[in-house]
Amino acid sequence: MTTPKTHGIIAEFDSVDAIIAAANQVREAGYTKWDCHTPFPVHGLDDAMAIKQTKLPWLVLVMGISGCLGGMFLQWWTNAYDYVYIISGKPAWSLPANIPVMFEMTILFSALTAFFSMWIINNLPKWYNPLFHAASFTKVTDDRFVLAIESRDPLYGEATRGLLQSAGALAMEEVNPPEDDGLMPSKLKGWLGVVFSLMLLPPVMIASSMYSNSSEPRVHLVPDMDSQMSFGEQEASSFFADGRSMRAPIAGTYAQEDDHLLGEKPGYYTGKEDGAYLTALPVEVTQELMARGQERFGIYCGVCHGMGGKGDGAVSRRAQKLEMATWVQPADLHTDLVKVQPPGQIFETMTNGIRTMPGYARQIPVQDRWAIVLYLQALQRASAGE
Amino acid sequence: MADFTAVKELTDAQLDDLVHPPQLVQGTEKFHDITESVCVVAEAHRAPKAWYVAFGIAVTFLGILGAMIFHLVTTGVGVWGNNQPVAWGWPIVNFVFWVGIGHAGTLISAVLFLFRQGWRTGINRFAEAMTIFAVICAGMFPAIHVGRIWVIYWVFPIPNQMDMWPNFRSPLLWDVFAVSTYFTVSLLFWYMGLVPDLATQRDRAKTKLRKMLYGAFALGWNGSNRQWHRYERAYLILAALATPLVLSVHSVVSFDFAISQLPGWHTTIFPPYFVAGAIFSGFAMVMTLAVPARQLFGLKHLITMRHLELINKVIMATGMLVGYAYAMEAFMAWYSGNKYEGFTFVNRAFGPYAWAYWIMVSCNVISPQIFWFKKARRSIPIMFIVSIFVNIGMWFERFVIVVTSLNRDFLPSSWNYFTPTIVDLLTLMGSFGLFFTLFLLFCRWLPQVAMAEVKNVMPAAHAHGPDHEEDQ
Repeated sequence: MTTPKTHGIIAEFDSVDAIIAAANQVREAGYTKWDCHTPFPVHGLDDAMAIKQTKLPWLVLVMGISGCLGGMFLQWWTNAYDYVYIISGKPAWSLPANIPVMFEMTILFSALTAFFSMWIINNLPKWYNPLFHAASFTKVTDDRFVLAIESRDPLYGEATRGLLQSAGALAMEEVNPPEDDGLMPSKLKGWLGVVFSLMLLPPVMIASSMYSNSSEPRVHLVPDMDSQMSFGEQEASSFFADGRSMRAPIAGTYAQEDDHLLGEKPGYYTGKEDGAYLTALPVEVTQELMARGQERFGIYCGVCHGMGGKGDGAVSRRAQKLEMATWVQPADLHTDLVKVQPPGQIFETMTNGIRTMPGYARQIPVQDRWAIVLYLQALQRASAGE
Repeated sequence: MADFTAVKELTDAQLDDLVHPPQLVQGTEKFHDITESVCVVAEAHRAPKAWYVAFGIAVTFLGILGAMIFHLVTTGVGVWGNNQPVAWGWPIVNFVFWVGIGHAGTLISAVLFLFRQGWRTGINRFAEAMTIFAVICAGMFPAIHVGRIWVIYWVFPIPNQMDMWPNFRSPLLWDVFAVSTYFTVSLLFWYMGLVPDLATQRDRAKTKLRKMLYGAFALGWNGSNRQWHRYERAYLILAALATPLVLSVHSVVSFDFAISQLPGWHTTIFPPYFVAGAIFSGFAMVMTLAVPARQLFGLKHLITMRHLELINKVIMATGMLVGYAYAMEAFMAWYSGNKYEGFTFVNRAFGPYAWAYWIMVSCNVISPQIFWFKKARRSIPIMFIVSIFVNIGMWFERFVIVVTSLNRDFLPSSWNYFTPTIVDLLTLMGSFGLFFTLFLLFCRWLPQVAMAEVKNVMPAAHAHGPDHEEDQ
């Protein structure tokens, strides 16, 4: 082991007055690489050491303003631009409601800046310091005041000891850290390397899965309502005696095709007989049925197709006025394309819907649907002047 | 080391001398004695017996809290008493109660710092710790009451595949920002104050483990004056930031109510009224904790009768502010001529929850009035009992505000009497378990008194030289 290199010299004092007086002397002697170490901030020592006012407050001011503007931008972007919230017809952007969050963001940014930049400017955290090798240095955090002059100061030399002596130092100690001091132990380095490599794994896995395909369903950490307790189709069930979860129709249930069993004419429920559309109404045509059809047409069909069936209902006109790009205009019911359709086909369209028109089976009872078919036929003939 | 067990409580004559007030630290003028008396707590091989008993009880209740939260998350919020019309019941009451407790810590550490009140140094450390633990308890309630706690991150504006953002015009979202900012700033402030004291503990540590742990968190602090200079500046800035912050946090909490249009909530007096109440309850909690702590850990020379009397004066002053707010609220209900508002206040005082209202008034308005008497202000048993009363009263204040305003709404057909379930009760008790577990761990292992700051207010900390006139 080579001769240890001297880091510098420390001198101990036991009172506030003594350290301030010593600091004044050292400063006046022209030293530059030195510092005082005290258990609490000693007022008056800053002047004695000629420490310049820190720039920290300016940093905090700049970041505080950034926080305020950032908070404003965040709220404007999210609520007034990217996803506009319309609440009770209020304007999308109204400053008063956004002030609390802007205020909190100002405080948050300023406080984080004050805290972190203070440590960064102070060159901390730095767990190693050659001064920690001095036996008397541990008392700095208790009740001793220490003045340390570094050996890299150009004035450092034989006279330094004398200066500190005359300044009233109670004790002095040369700080001689060992040669290999301040280096990270290789064992710790190895462990840090292992931990760091392991930490890289998750981001690598995420990145690799972003650019690969998989036929597996995606992992769902929180399934919420994805999996439910209800039975899937064809699933077995121990609850029912027959072991099936799907139940057979109860006795007396008829399929819609079985019109005759229900006492109706063939095609009454489907508009079809043996796969072909009915060409005549399966109901008795009366004046009342016609009136009923007119009324129902006005309620259910007219809003889109228009009261005259020309495809110019109120909804359609409004959509065109708003220039809604996805709007498909309802069919004009007087074109040849519609006119050639047999009653059964019109009935089926009304029942099941077509293109963007939804099925109306749930809203309009069967008898009423046939009434509408009847009225529509009358309307088509009237329009064509027949 | 001086024996501080022999330090006597300050006499009336000492306390009455306003020209030469008693020293903040009694029984010693040496810095080393401060270090010694604070550090021995963490260095002792065993804590006082009472600590183990208290810790055992606290951890039991913490376990109950864990069980209740597990039950809640796996079953659903139906396990609570919240239901129409009182959909905002117990958890919100507890949230406001705990977040209010926190405010005294910031007030002591920041506001009194700005006002150069030297006496804050004796109590600021554990008042700040109390703040952080209380805010943890507070933050827990809104988090668990959302029902699907696993998507709680939806309250934050995080970009997502749904292209949905939180509604920034809702006071509930302001709350998210206010409370999380408050917690962050309080934590930074507390930790920053701790660093020099952790360095003291590091330098005194005898075992390797302690050296490593205290050393790691002390960040290599070495008391350099160049570092102190920036440290003090940053501390001042944080104090100046925390002061408006603490006022804003409880104002925002009060907006949760005041922005709504419910009679009993929709009032402009809420922000100042809530802030005063928060400081009131927080100081009471400081008292509840300080009285046993100074006894148990031998800190009577650092937290003297002068400190306690000053706290009592703050409790009395804020108690009267709160009393004024109660009176003014009732007056405005009458003066506004709004019959719904009027009904709500008559219902509060004489309705089904009259018992809660009068508990609140007697605890918060009447009980602190005893502090007009010097004897009561300087009597340990009386101040301890009053502080407990105030804690109870302030919990009931939030209960009265939340429950009585909701339980009889505009539709008499939906009126209902809110009753908490056993899960509600155990969760509240469990939150005390969480609070005291954290607080007791802090008392055992961290410096309870800010040593560096206390040293700074001792007479020996000030230069006497001719060219160093002090601005004390």
